Amino acid sequence: MANPSGIGASVRRREDKRFLTGSGTYTDDINRPGQTFACMVRSPHAHAAIRGIDTAAALAMPGVVAIYTGADMAADNVNGLPCGWLIHNKDGSPMKEPPHFPLARDRARHVGDTVAVVIAETREQAKDAAEALVIDYEERPAVASAVKALEPGAALVHDDVPGNLCYDWHLGDKAATDAAFAQAAHVTTLDLVNNRLVPNAMEPRAAIGEYDRATGEHTLYTTSQNPHVIRLLMGAFVLGIPEHKLRVVAPDVGGGFGSKIFHYAEEAIVTWAAKKVGRPIKWTAERSESFLTDAHGRDHVSRAELALDKDGNFLALRVHTVANMGAYLSTFASSIPTYLYATLLAGQYKTPAIYAEVKAAFTHTTPVDAYRGAGRPEACFLIERIVDKAAIELGIDKAELRRRNFVPKEAMPYQTPVALQYDTGDFAKNLEMALPVVDYAGLAQRKTDAKARGKLRGIGFATYIEACGIAPSNIAGALGARAGLYESAEVRFHPTGSVTVFTGSHSHGQGHETTFAQLVADRFGLPIENIEIVHGDTNKVPFGMGTYGSRSLAVGGSALVKAMDKVERKAKKIAAHLMEAAEADIEVKDGKFSVAGTDKAVTIGEIALAAYVPHNYPLEELEPGLDEQAFYDPKNFTYPNGCHVCEVEIDPETGVTEVVAFTAVDDFGRVINPLIVEGQVHGGIVQGIGQALLENCVYDDETGQLVTGSYMDYCMPRADDVPSFTVQYHEDQPCTHNPLGVKGCGEAGTIGASAAVINAVVDALAEYGVTHIDMPATPQKIWQIVRQATPAMAAE
Amino acid sequence: MANTVTLTVNGKTVTREVEERTLLVHFLRETLGLTGTHVGCDTSQCGACVVHVDGRSVKSCTTLAVQVDGASVTTIEGLAAADGTLHPMQAAFREHHGLQCGFCTPGMVMSAVDLVRENPTPSEKDVREGLEGNICRCTGYHNIVKAVLTGAEAMRSGSDAKIAAE
Ligand code: FES
Ligand code: FES
Repeated sequence: MANPSGIGASVRRREDKRFLTGSGTYTDDINRPGQTFACMVRSPHAHAAIRGIDTAAALAMPGVVAIYTGADMAADNVNGLPCGWLIHNKDGSPMKEPPHFPLARDRARHVGDTVAVVIAETREQAKDAAEALVIDYEERPAVASAVKALEPGAALVHDDVPGNLCYDWHLGDKAATDAAFAQAAHVTTLDLVNNRLVPNAMEPRAAIGEYDRATGEHTLYTTSQNPHVIRLLMGAFVLGIPEHKLRVVAPDVGGGFGSKIFHYAEEAIVTWAAKKVGRPIKWTAERSESFLTDAHGRDHVSRAELALDKDGNFLALRVHTVANMGAYLSTFASSIPTYLYATLLAGQYKTPAIYAEVKAAFTHTTPVDAYRGAGRPEACFLIERIVDKAAIELGIDKAELRRRNFVPKEAMPYQTPVALQYDTGDFAKNLEMALPVVDYAGLAQRKTDAKARGKLRGIGFATYIEACGIAPSNIAGALGARAGLYESAEVRFHPTGSVTVFTGSHSHGQGHETTFAQLVADRFGLPIENIEIVHGDTNKVPFGMGTYGSRSLAVGGSALVKAMDKVERKAKKIAAHLMEAAEADIEVKDGKFSVAGTDKAVTIGEIALAAYVPHNYPLEELEPGLDEQAFYDPKNFTYPNGCHVCEVEIDPETGVTEVVAFTAVDDFGRVINPLIVEGQVHGGIVQGIGQALLENCVYDDETGQLVTGSYMDYCMPRADDVPSFTVQYHEDQPCTHNPLGVKGCGEAGTIGASAAVINAVVDALAEYGVTHIDMPATPQKIWQIVRQATPAMAAE
Repeated sequence: MANTVTLTVNGKTVTREVEERTLLVHFLRETLGLTGTHVGCDTSQCGACVVHVDGRSVKSCTTLAVQVDGASVTTIEGLAAADGTLHPMQAAFREHHGLQCGFCTPGMVMSAVDLVRENPTPSEKDVREGLEGNICRCTGYHNIVKAVLTGAEAMRSGSDAKIAAE
């Protein structure tokens, strides 16, 4: 490797120093002159009519600056928060999109729905005054479960959405699928629940709104993964602020996992109210508010059927899913159980016919949207669970059944029956790499050894594929996306040869300041210290779509490559002039521009200086300066894939599951920084293990109250819940359609892990006749299974 | 009601008026502007707010400022040497990529330093159990554990070196 900070090097992160010394700047660390504090007043009821709000007593409390309600926003013609993806029903009609006002107007529709905002001199005064607000609620019946919400007679979330049905959508060839089922030698059926989760980025959401009377400019500091998207949605759709008068800054952001993609009510509230009170307003969520108002994830109830021939070849897959949207459509909610879920139902298999039906329901719960993986973990879980069940029913080894049905690498590019075209992937290789690592051959012995210790040992596979860097914009647009899906980059060389890169992509833990700098260091042979990566401020960076769906490197990195291509093209012309050579004779390597066949060369630094001090410069042909911008719109998704293998031991006495080993073999295409990639996989795996064994967002079905509203009830994975992992990858199958060959690695761990863990748990419990267990597989659930089965077994 | 508290924070003596209900974490963040200490929850369960009070790790979200009157407090800002050299635990977190978004990191590092003070030769299991009060949503703990084991070793050899020099 030419450059120690180049592509493929485990460069230690450049952002770490500030985080390790407490000098990061997260939104709540920012304080603006004259700042006030907002307390959001939340509905304690899942469903209630708001008959009146009496603000008099609260307004008289010390330090109170203002109190606003939905009526005030209505008077200012504030609109609802828009949904970014229009789904069409089977019959071609559009989905139902009831308005989602930042401050509820006449009705509260979930616990935590925002009904008023109290603004005061201090946070404590705002909270005290909020307590004094008198709100006349008339409680109404509520429904929390999506399945129940679709039943006749269910309480209505929106009066104009009959049956609470947001949409009834489908994908695939129903007739071909039904025909394949009619021919099948065997059909495996599985009912499963993909449990609701709360994303729980460790930094609670926060927002500061500010208005400058002199310039008429609004500024919003916010905990966002995509500041330009927030500027567009809030400016154009909600508040009617033109974009040149609205700056959105997402500074250091403490994790997102999808939950900070969306435009939230509080952002609009503080931005709007800051102008009204003429002072900056800060709002920071308490963790309980995060539980109630950060968009949740997953929450699917599905029936899956797999048709097989007598040799175990998959013939068709049929899926019916009910997805919970919550009370309102969050920014990308509608796309998750459709284009990010059903399109992935082929998995790694050559199943010729697939048909999926998805009904999305409104309920009196917090909105549900993308959470790490977003649709793809749900698809992977369903496929990998039913494949395991089919293997058990047919008595075929679980690795072998997968192997038999993999799309072979020779078949790439492979058109699935559910719209996607995989560009590359060698699924068999992933599996064959994993088997010796996990010592599959020694499994029987390990099970026996465990038994001798009174433990039940099981193994679980998940051979997953996902689609990242959602694209291209025109196709996504035809499918209902209301946004572009490109990314931007600007490469600005400075006169003395250092570089600032402006990216529309956003880092909230992924390490862009390191990885993106590696791309530039590698390309121009520069020391990494000379490169600065700027992101997260709409007044600095070109319009970009931000970071989600593992898109940063595949889309944002590709935009950066395009911008560097432009820089290089111009630099070549300047080099030719400086060395009095023909442009065609200029060779470029590691930032050195030389004349072929001579020892004449200039560095990019010298070229930059010539570009900004153009004394010896082709001014007739070329503009001065060395600063180029590019936008990149991908031609296709990228398709990271891999084989995850989990081994568990269950203590039948207590029902406790211990993850004893977890191995991930992944194909992420080309890897820029192995250290960072492995870190992404580790974090993803633990979120998957969390879903499988610990985490569960529970609503009370009668009252719609969130039962798991804090870390006392919602079980977050902690250091002693998980082991260390074995993470491997290969770079044999680079992405064919982006210039870096990269595929994305941010969600893979989460996509594979929950299926691998549950498959392992079911394997461990096989002797109790268990063929499925819903997540999370808590000790209580397992203990009950063991208890109920034991007498029966003893009687045999 | 206003009270006066005097504390030594990162080696500097500070005297301030505080309300009785002011939490140590808010005192540090808002009164002193030391925003390295974070708030990640409201039930004292995430550890984002851990600081050292008289050398012991404490959750500053569950400590009132008035409770620590007269104490010596070290926050993440005070951990590195005056010349900016990272504490061995900070250096180990960087070397092993023990942080991603960085939000849990100050609390995690402060907890880890105290863990090693109590047990200078922790096993992987000791580290995992010792950090049970700190939640990290990003790293999956794998690299945090590696970092703490390395940091412990570096802290040991650092103190060995100090002893040898004395
Ligand atoms: S802020 Fe979570 S434990 Fe202190
Ligand atoms: S690094 Fe983000 S929570 Fe730990």
